[in-house]
Amino acid sequence: MYTKEELMQHATNIRKNIIKMVTNAKSGHPGGSLSSADILTTLYFNVMDIHSDNVNSLDRDRFVLSKGHASPLLYAVLKEKGLLEEDLLSFRMIDSNLQGHPNMNYVAGVDMSTGSLGQGISAAVGMAIANKLDKNDHRIYALMGDGESQEGQVWEAAMAAAHYKLDNLCAVLDYNELQIDGSVHDVMDPAPLDEKFQAFGWHVIEIDGHNYDEIANAFEEAKNVKGKPTLIFAHTIKGKGVSFMENNANWHGVAPTPEQCEAALKELGGE
Amino acid sequence: MAKIATREAYGKALMECVRTNPNIVVLDADLSGSTKSGSVKKVNPDIFFNMGIAEGNMMSVAAGLAASGKIAFASSFAMFAAGRAYEQIRNSIAYPALNVKICASHAGISVGEDGASHQCIEDIALMRVIPNMRVLQPADAVEAEQMIPEVVKMEGPVYVRMSRLATEQVHDENYKFVPGKVDVIHEGKDILIFASGLEVNEAKLACDELRKEGIDPTLVNVHTIKPLDEEGVVELAKKHKHIITVEEHSVIGGLGSAIAECLIKNYPTSVTMMGVQDTFAESGKPNELFKKYELDSTAIIKKVQEVYGNDKVER
Repeated sequence: MYTKEELMQHATNIRKNIIKMVTNAKSGHPGGSLSSADILTTLYFNVMDIHSDNVNSLDRDRFVLSKGHASPLLYAVLKEKGLLEEDLLSFRMIDSNLQGHPNMNYVAGVDMSTGSLGQGISAAVGMAIANKLDKNDHRIYALMGDGESQEGQVWEAAMAAAHYKLDNLCAVLDYNELQIDGSVHDVMDPAPLDEKFQAFGWHVIEIDGHNYDEIANAFEEAKNVKGKPTLIFAHTIKGKGVSFMENNANWHGVAPTPEQCEAALKELGGE
Repeated sequence: MAKIATREAYGKALMECVRTNPNIVVLDADLSGSTKSGSVKKVNPDIFFNMGIAEGNMMSVAAGLAASGKIAFASSFAMFAAGRAYEQIRNSIAYPALNVKICASHAGISVGEDGASHQCIEDIALMRVIPNMRVLQPADAVEAEQMIPEVVKMEGPVYVRMSRLATEQVHDENYKFVPGKVDVIHEGKDILIFASGLEVNEAKLACDELRKEGIDPTLVNVHTIKPLDEEGVVELAKKHKHIITVEEHSVIGGLGSAIAECLIKNYPTSVTMMGVQDTFAESGKPNELFKKYELDSTAIIKKVQEVYGNDKVER
């Protein structure tokens, strides 16, 4: 187990890499990558059983990035964990395995190809059903966006997960309250998402998505829930860690300039 | 032989596959009694999952199961499988090349009384254009029953197009389904007919009549529309002056288009396409619809006479 301080250091490295990747590619999605960084760092370093010996195997815990546009985060986490050979700066470049939205056949450790919102959570439901059929103890994790919950398919998946009592499925909803066109409440208010998932038959745990104790406790609690899937409803800050990006929808899918990149890296602690 | 629908044969064949292959899972979206996917419950209820009336979710769930090493069969009506869930099929299944077998029934206008909302005449076009996707359509129950075990063996996504309507068998019990190769039902000389699905039987009836009046067509069943047996198609085309395609699908993007694309590259020639002529159909009995939309044997006879007759005038 990594200490909170170690996790925070890894998350800082991951955030810096997100900024560098998106800046270098001159495109990509920094805001929602930064908002989920603490959650995904905890998941990959302290919760999921994934390492270099089993990364190519199905015989382990698996993760679906249902908000596939946060691919810089997933690649940076895999790199930080020592599971990714690719140069992070090849992100979004021609001939690179690091596609704009992740492709499971190009990168070991990417467990599902995603990008079209709402589909990843359904795929995670399929994986959880498969684990039940195979009677194994591996868990399926998924990360969703809050804007993503505007997709009807999310609720089809939510209904199915509860119907099939998928207690081996734990989804995290990154509730940063912003989407590309602005506030989720202005665009198409999905609230109250916690109550909606509860009504669909899920166990819901509400946390501060940047508080490492709360993140760790939520994943632990989810493991002990029986007979229903768990949603970790995580309040987060879009662009977290880079002050000029925080709580600003404009940073959903825009790359920083080299100057802004420098300022962001400086704020995150140098290089 | 008795009239049997291809969907009936699917249910029967899938039961056998489930019996011998523990890796298969079967999904449906509240139509398992109609698509016949529900038959597997008699063999092993644990591998059947009803996903409710939510086809988009069903396709992505099937992708997740396949990503976990399962062979996932997903069934619904063609309209809701290929149509409603198009983008899930494209992005969740075909892009990662996952082992999902989309077995859709109730394709085409032979759905009948339910009307145009349920008569999918676009699915071959929609599925054919997706990279990694194979598109198969059995002509009868004999072929469907042999096709399904072969589909299990195929690696990656497959779309199988089947029908509601019980029809006469084109093939007898000696038929051997050969994956990937066109099925020459009768080798004639005067005109070449490529047909698929229920239209193979209509074309066969037409050919029987045409031979009586001295026109001897070659009839070819194209059970695999993608990847198309280009070599077989070109070889046959070279032996004939006239080519007609017949399908229970829009003339845009289906079998006719696939044959035309193949020939324009390899052996440019003219092709007459019979199918639904870029229109929505309507409620009615299947035979009435086939008549009105010029897809019955009578319409095929007429078209052959026209194409072949015109040629005589030209000469």
